[in-house]
Amino acid sequence: MNVKELQDVAAQVRRDVLRMINGAKSGHPGGSLSCTDYLTALYFKEMNVDPSHFTIEGKDEDIFYLSNGHVCPAWYSVLARRGYYPVSELSTLRKIGSRLQGHPSLSHKLPGIRSASGSLGQGLSVGIGHALAKKADNDDSLVFTLHGDGELQEGQIWEAAMFAASKHVDNIIAAIDYNHQQIDGTIEDVNSLGNLSEKWTAFGWHVININGNNMLEVVTGLEQAKSAAHKGQPVVIILNTKMGFGVDFMYDSHKWHGVAPNDEQLANALSQIPETLGDY
Amino acid sequence: MKDFPILDKKDTRSGFGKGLYEAALKNPNIVALCADLTGSVKMDEFAKAFPDRFYQMGIAEANMIGVAAGLATAGKIPFTGTFANFSTARVFDQIRQAVAYSNKNVKICASHAGITLGEDGATHQTLEDIGMMKMLPGMTVVVPCDYEQTRLATLAVAEYEGPVYLRFGRPKQVVFTTAAQDFVIGKAQLLDVGRDISIFATGIMVWEAIQACKKLEEMGIDAEIINIHTIKPLDNHAILNSVKKTGCVVTAEEHQINGGLCDSISQLLCREYPVPVEAVAIFDQWGQSGTPDELMKLYNLTSDAIVNAAVKAIQRK
Repeated sequence: MNVKELQDVAAQVRRDVLRMINGAKSGHPGGSLSCTDYLTALYFKEMNVDPSHFTIEGKDEDIFYLSNGHVCPAWYSVLARRGYYPVSELSTLRKIGSRLQGHPSLSHKLPGIRSASGSLGQGLSVGIGHALAKKADNDDSLVFTLHGDGELQEGQIWEAAMFAASKHVDNIIAAIDYNHQQIDGTIEDVNSLGNLSEKWTAFGWHVININGNNMLEVVTGLEQAKSAAHKGQPVVIILNTKMGFGVDFMYDSHKWHGVAPNDEQLANALSQIPETLGDY
Repeated sequence: MKDFPILDKKDTRSGFGKGLYEAALKNPNIVALCADLTGSVKMDEFAKAFPDRFYQMGIAEANMIGVAAGLATAGKIPFTGTFANFSTARVFDQIRQAVAYSNKNVKICASHAGITLGEDGATHQTLEDIGMMKMLPGMTVVVPCDYEQTRLATLAVAEYEGPVYLRFGRPKQVVFTTAAQDFVIGKAQLLDVGRDISIFATGIMVWEAIQACKKLEEMGIDAEIINIHTIKPLDNHAILNSVKKTGCVVTAEEHQINGGLCDSISQLLCREYPVPVEAVAIFDQWGQSGTPDELMKLYNLTSDAIVNAAVKAIQRK
């Protein structure tokens, strides 16, 4: 898939996210919109996956863990658009009996999900465990994880970061959605991450910095990350993004972290994003 | 009553270490993770024999539980090892989300549980762990009674599909069970038949219950002793059968009264067959430094305490 085609998918995913959260009358649009380009590039170009034969173990295929589970609307949409399950199911987000739980759940058996997430800071450890198993089984495929920037305030992330470098877990590619916003305000105001690149470098990771809302940069960054893998160091991509990307009144504002657009706001937002693949 | 000869004196953690090693010989998918306590939790035999399947995690228990969940996702059978406090309280949310809610085949193996950890004092004397673990849907909780049973329990846990909490301890204790005795997760072990009172004990309190049974016999009281080595799923059938015969109960555990064995059995009996229940447990107190024997006496975790509780329960019938 070329960059234009990936951009078309991302536009549709953004429409899905907004319509899903509006339909549920709750959810997290801000972070879902900031990581949309990355998830789209991962699933539609960069990861080796087989949606029609999903297995929990994922032997000989690339694995993805969403650590910041609250941005699952974007992930659910990408999974459905990629063929893991019917796109019609997207309308059930957060509704009783749905497989699309408010935060990802394994017990509801939605194809594509391998671990629950929502309580922050845990996905990097889980990804490292899966990566270690792949090494033990001589499986050369990769493990990808995505994290929020606010999530990096959790101590477990740094336990995991230290461990992965110490044990040369070089088949994992973590990504940080660095949109600088969290519930109570900017990252800088709430609890600054300081020099994030230097932190990861100091922890022993190979660091790649890109504009995470520019599809060409995302694809190039992922290619660069894949070539840096299997070289003795874990790899992290810092995605410099904007919360609410694609919708002017949500753009770069923490106020849209966890608020659903009403019908009027939805219409306004959808008018800014073309319907490319057909709404669900 | 039946005779229970003292076969040896060994620590239950060594039973775990032996069981883990033996399970690993049989199943190449078994891996072990340890948070800088390899010798203390007796994972050293495994680590030496299977260096490629042993992960030294350092002092980072939250990461250890998450990594174990990831290994299990890929089809491995991870056993995590550290002290009971760091196996539960410190990582409760990690176990809750990444292991129990995600239904991963992770075995959380906790040494130095209870007051008999001894001299290190209350920071390390975990008395709430059974409660925390049994509250999680889908979690199995196993508390074997001696070295040999801990070895067999570890082998059984390795074969069992699903998340398990396995609790054992530090000091050397009397060994009275044998390799010939079956260990089935979820099936209580009837040690001695009696008609006047049911004594349900778990962990190291099972030996105290046996001593209590001898003393009660001298007093003309015929006690039934049942080892509840699996707190969850509880063997409701065995408990109700015994209580319907005896009509009163003593529970004995090295754990807080809140959340432990007494709590599970009382819930069952309240619903199904209410009878007098007396408890030998820690009653909402912190531990302190001392030798295991001194602490057992100070906190009334003794055969005499079981005898007194039994007399009281019988009087209440």
